[in-house]
This record gives sequence, structure tokens and C-alpha cells, in this order.
Amino acid sequence: MPDVEKQEETRPQVESSPRGSPGTLLPAWVEPWRERFAAWGKTTRHWRRRLLLFLAVVGPGVITSNVDNDAGGISVYSQAGAMYGYALLWSLIPMTIALYVTEEMCARMGVVTGKGLSDLIREEFGFRPTFFIIFAGLIVDMGNVAAEFAGVAASMQIFGISKYISVPLAGLAVWILVLRGTYRQVEKIFLAACVLYLSYVASAFLAKPEWLLAAKDTVIPTMHIDGAYLLMLTALVGTTIAPWQFFYLQASFVEKRVAARQYPQARADVMVGSISCMLIVFFIIVCTGATLHTSGHTNITDASEAALALTPLAGKWAASLFAFGLLNASLFAASILPLSTAHVICEGMGFEAGIDHKFKDAPIFYGLYTGMIVVGAIVILIPGAPLQRILILSQVGNGVWLPIVLIFILLLVNRRDLMGDQVNTRTFNGVAWVTTIAMIVLTLVLVYVSIFHSGSVPGLPGS
Amino acid sequence: MLHATELLGGEAYDRDGHFVGRVNELFIEPADQPNRIARVLLGRGKYLPLVARYDHLAFVAPGVLKLNVQEKELEHYHPNEGWLAMRKDLLDQQIIDTSGRKVVRVNDIGIADQRTNGTVELRVTQVDVGLTGAARRLLQGVVSPGMIRRLEAKLPTRVIPWEFVNLIESDPLRRVKLRITHQKLERMHPADLADIMEDLSPVERQSIISSLDEETAAEALAELDKRLTTQIVETLDPEKAADILEEMDPDQAADVLADLTPQISQDVLREMPGEEAREVRELLKFEANTAGGMMNTDFIFVGETATRAEVIAWIREMDVDLEQLYSIFLINQNSLFSGSVAIGRLLLASPDERMEELKSEPLLSVPPDAQEREVFELFDKYNLHNLSVVDDEGRPIGAIAVDDVVTRLRNR
Repeated sequence: MPDVEKQEETRPQVESSPRGSPGTLLPAWVEPWRERFAAWGKTTRHWRRRLLLFLAVVGPGVITSNVDNDAGGISVYSQAGAMYGYALLWSLIPMTIALYVTEEMCARMGVVTGKGLSDLIREEFGFRPTFFIIFAGLIVDMGNVAAEFAGVAASMQIFGISKYISVPLAGLAVWILVLRGTYRQVEKIFLAACVLYLSYVASAFLAKPEWLLAAKDTVIPTMHIDGAYLLMLTALVGTTIAPWQFFYLQASFVEKRVAARQYPQARADVMVGSISCMLIVFFIIVCTGATLHTSGHTNITDASEAALALTPLAGKWAASLFAFGLLNASLFAASILPLSTAHVICEGMGFEAGIDHKFKDAPIFYGLYTGMIVVGAIVILIPGAPLQRILILSQVGNGVWLPIVLIFILLLVNRRDLMGDQVNTRTFNGVAWVTTIAMIVLTLVLVYVSIFHSGSVPGLPGS
Repeated sequence: MLHATELLGGEAYDRDGHFVGRVNELFIEPADQPNRIARVLLGRGKYLPLVARYDHLAFVAPGVLKLNVQEKELEHYHPNEGWLAMRKDLLDQQIIDTSGRKVVRVNDIGIADQRTNGTVELRVTQVDVGLTGAARRLLQGVVSPGMIRRLEAKLPTRVIPWEFVNLIESDPLRRVKLRITHQKLERMHPADLADIMEDLSPVERQSIISSLDEETAAEALAELDKRLTTQIVETLDPEKAADILEEMDPDQAADVLADLTPQISQDVLREMPGEEAREVRELLKFEANTAGGMMNTDFIFVGETATRAEVIAWIREMDVDLEQLYSIFLINQNSLFSGSVAIGRLLLASPDERMEELKSEPLLSVPPDAQEREVFELFDKYNLHNLSVVDDEGRPIGAIAVDDVVTRLRNR
């Protein structure tokens, strides 16, 4: 047995690098201040340590939630602001909770089991349910990818660039990004894209809104009982919580190899993500509410139209920032959606997946990824392509797919043999089921309206 | 060739042609025979399920199973942890393909049927991990079996023979009962084993590491992604972790320990035998990105006046890792570093040639606090395989090998 004293000397520690003592050369009054600084240094070190622990995990939650604010989402938020001003802001708080509750379950499953959502569905529910879930996903996501490229085209047109240039370039950029990168590099780029959403904060300030009124409407619900208002509310919820994001979130926590003991940080990541996502929605609604709504431009069809209408009202800068935000969001979602879809399919079917593999090790994964980008971009470039119809169909697809996915999540997260002590608590289950049922009802309404009344109701894509 | 998914859900009839139940599960008893279907579970709705033994099977075809006994002769079902369940443990689960060296998901299970005087023996021969199994699973009961067969013939098959299938079972007790060994994994190259482990979930990784022999575990850990190595060592108990780290080169062990929290690192060090622990502690003193942090303390040095014959005889005596032996270091009579001899020169030298005549030029060495960039530059400039690290007085204290340089350059 080696003696204990020697162990103490040689233990691997970082703090003990000798720095010498400056105290002897300094006047006496310095000493108490030095102590005070040292104490302060200790508390900040504590916080720095916690922050570092958090930063080691941050990414999946923030990225997933923010990518929800994609081209379709921004269109709906702009419309909500233009039509109703601040009157829908109150819905953001319950939506934040719903987003957090549903995403947290996936984060927990990813961290505890170390397996992706489609992996788990396959292992616990068998081949056929998995097959239908993931191929429904492929079709729905295909529509969504096309919608993102439509967003790229629309935003670049505001800057005077033809879609025949912008869309192929965007497709190529997105494709290269994932093909050449490792998970860590790609995650950093995605996190940077999250920061660019701040352009909406800037354009909201340039729009000079009445902040007090906005704050009041955020906290105090104002219900209108009319069909169009309720539908706008439904559309808000429907675009914010999309089914594919659960697969992506869980897979990223697995691919990032977040350990079970890092779960508190993972949860914080999801919470920061949900809140930041909703803050951006807040600023978009405030921006269009303060300008378009007050000046009577209540009926716009999409985000690029909102950006154009902003120019005379809030200045060229506000409009450019708004359009830039749309471009960023579309590009961001256009790279994550195909990635997530390829992941889900390969995981569930047992093919090699993940961007840390080489092309020849995971041909189906990269093939799917490439195929989705190519098809999504080409659809937008076909002259006279039915873009609005594609948007509606992808919306409907999301709505049909979401309830199924949510129910699978709830069934899995309550399995003690998979989750151990980390199954849902009774309260959490209550909140989760209420959220799920509410989501299901709202999205079914949205699907119904999108199919049967899409032309008649302003505030929906396709109106 | 039958498939598990064709049998599961099939109807079972007894000797008199009475319907008994539906096939719910097929079991292998690995303790008895590694691939024979030993038990068939027959579900009967609200009645208790029955179990047919392998010698009860008279006829087996897709969807139909006939027994050679009467229903009342069958036993009731009692769950048994030592039985390997085809549907629950194998179908849709991940396994390790030890010949293809990767983790794959089971789409179907191939079963051979052999008729021997009145009974049919079922043996698992392969697992299907390709498109054929997927197509069968998807289309069964939707289109006719004949059409499925025709479609399957057109699809590429990917099957793994049963003897190359390594099951992943994270419960150690169950693993023993199912006679799952990891001998096939131990014969794999550690780098392949590490790749496989990266594809598994944390619990599965943990279970594989703790069931491998220490030497293999050490080699695989050294090849693994750094984050994963840390995670695994943290969750092992310190005694087991120490056993594994002992098998590593001291520099690798020090790298692993440096990434652990001080508490765990202490616990592990305390479990290591004195000599190894001291070496590792010495290495831990150096900053990771200096020559001292890169070097290994296992290296060979001999007196510069020794002859080739003496040196060869000495190397034979010693327990030296020959795969990693690029050169040997020389010391003079004051035990100061005086040069190095490449193994190639040693190979062709005559038996009585002295080491100092074989020395490589120029005389190169670095102090332990040299930055890693300096080390990289020396390796690049002089095309080194090995570089000696010397202390202030010029005594050799360790050596940096080219493989460590490559690893670090890649991780930059």
C-alpha cells in the first residue's frame, strides 16, 4: 500500500500551479481587498464551473426548438401579428410549457437509454409500426424541406436575387455543410444560426412597438370567440410543435453522447431552447403587430410579404433584418430537416447513420439526405409549381403524424424497464397527457381546415 | 429454410388435429444446445399458455405447426431467464456481427428444419439483416406468400451465420444464464471493437467492457473516443477500472486518469499495484500538452558499449511489446542519454558490433516540458519513429512513440 502523504502531493490537480505570492511587495491596505477578490473569485468560479458544465451539453435543445421557427412558422407568426396585433401573445406562455414538456421527455429518453426514438419504437413495438411512422415522416418532411427552400427563394427575392440562383446555391451549401463536417462542427454552425434569430429582436425594436401593451397582452389572455381567431391560434400551435423535432432532439443527445449524470444540464438546454424559441416568436408578432396591424395591413399571405410591407412603415433596415431572419431560418431548417429524416429512417431500419460516419460507411443515410435536398430544391425551381399546395400538404402531414408520435413517446417514457427511475412522475404525466390531447385536438382542427377551408380563412398558408 | 416471422403467429394442432393455440414465441436453451429451438410457446387467448418441446414437433410449415402429442400432455408455461426468446430477445434488436465487425439490427431469423423419424428439429442458422427480411416483415399477410418469395428473390440478401452473431445483453446475470461469451469479440482488433462500442448505448457498452478480459478491455478503451473512455471508466467500480488501466501503457493510463474527476482518479490509483501506480503518478505530474504528458515510461535503454548479441539476448529476456518497438536508447557510463539505435540497423549489424557504432545521427532528445508542437516538428523534420525525453541532467526518463504523435495530431 503506497503511503497516503505522497498521493496527496502527486494527485492530478489543476489548481496548484505555483504563482508566487505578490503580498509581500504590496502595501498593507491591499490585503483585505485581495481577500475580498479571492472570495468573489471563488463564487464566480463556482458559477463558471456550472456554466462550463452546461456549455458542454448545450446544443440539441436550443437548436431543435429554434429550428421550429422555420419558414412556415415565421409566415404564420407574421400573419398572427398583422391580423390581431398583440392579441395572440398570451398563447406563447402555454406554448412554451407544451414545447418544454414534450421535448423534455425525448431528451430524457435519449440521455437515459442512449438510443434514438425510432430505435426504441422499433425495439419495443416491432417492424411495421416503425416502418409506417418513419415513412410517413419521410413524405411529410419532404414537403417541409420544399417549404424551406420556398422560404429561401422568397427572402432572397427581397434582396433582388432570382430563385434560380439562390435555391441551388442554398441546396449546395446545406449539403456540403453536413457532408464535410463532424457532429461538433455542424453543431457549432447551427448554434451560430440560432444567434442570428436575434435579427428579429432588432427589427422589433426598429418597429417602435408599445412594449407595455405587448407585455400586458402576453400575461393576460384575451379570448375572441370567432372562427378566424381560433384558427390562427391553432395554426400558431401547429407550426410550433412539429413531430420530426422529437426524433431530431433525441438523436442529437444520443449522438452527442450526453451521459446520464449530465441530465440536469440537458434539461436546462431544453428549457433554454423552448424559452428562446418563444421569445423570437414574441418579437416577430410584436414587430408585425406594431406596424402592419396598426396601419391596416392585416391581410398578408406569407413572411416575405410581411417583410416588404415593413419597408414604408419601419424603414428599410427593419425590412432587411426581417427578410434576413427568414433566410436564416429557412436555411437552418433546410439543413436540419433532411438530416433528421435520414437519421430516423436509418436508425429504425438498422442502417448506419450519423454524420460522424464516412459516406461509404453509411451510403443510405447520405443518399437519403442528398435526395431530399435535391428533390426539395428542384420542386421549388419548377416554373408554376403549386407551392401553396405543397405548404398545405406538409402542414396536414405534420398534423396527422404528430398525435401518433406523441403517443408513442408517452408510452415509451413510462416504461420502467427502459427508463428505470426516470419514468414520468404522476404530475408530469398529467401535464404531458393534457398537452398531448390538446395538441392532438388543435392539429386535427388545423388539418380539417387546411383540407376543406384553406381558401376561405385568412391566416393560413394557402389563403 | 423457414423464418421466425413465418412461424410466429402460426396455428398449432395436436396429434388428433385439434387446434391448440397460436405460436407466440420460440425459445433456444443455450445451456443445452446453442441453436436448437427447444421450446415453442403456444398462446391460447384467455387460457394459460402451453409449451411444446422440440421432440413434440411433427410437422412445421409457414403458419402451421403439428404436434405428435395430445394437448393435455403439454406443460404449462413458466418464464425462464435461461431461455433465449426469438421474438423478444432477437427480432428487431441490435446484435454484433463478429465477422463483419459491426452492429446490425435483426429483421428476421432463418431456421432450418430437419426431419428425423417422426419429429422435426428446428435450428437457427442465420439472422437476416437486409432488405429481404424487411420486405417480408412489411408484406406478410398483405400479399400472398408466393409474391413475397418472388420479390425476395430480386432483393439483395444480407444474412449473418448464427455462429457469428454476438448477442448484446446488458444484464450480467442473464448473460451468464444465456451462456453469452465475448470470446469472438476478444479476437477482434481493438480498433474494430472500439468502433462497435461507439454504436451501442451506454448500458450495453458498460456490459461489454466489464465482461471482456482486462487486456482486451484496455486495448479497446485506448482506441475509444476520449469522452466515452472517461464515461466508461467513471461508471466501473474502481477495482475493475484499476485492473483494466494496469493493462494499458502508463502514458495511456495517465491520459485516462487525467480526464477523470480527482476523486475517482484517486480511487482508481489506490487500487493499482504500487509500481504501476507510481509510474502513472509520475506521468500525471506533466501537463498534457508537453513532451512529458505524451511520453511513455516503458522503453528500452542499454549501455552504449553493449554488443548486438548482448542486446538481442536481453530483449529476448525482457517482456517487451514488440509491435511498438521502433528503436532502443543508449546510455553512457554516467547513465546519461547518449543516442538511439533504429531496429533496422540492429537487424543487419554483426553480432559483436557495439551499439555506439550503430547510433542514429543527429543526437535528438527533448526535455519533459517541451511543448507538443516542438515535438511534432522534430518528428516531421527527422522522420522519427521514437524520441527520447530526458531530465535536466540528461538522464532518459521516457520516450514518445510515433503513434502517440499521430493520435494527437488527429485530435487537434
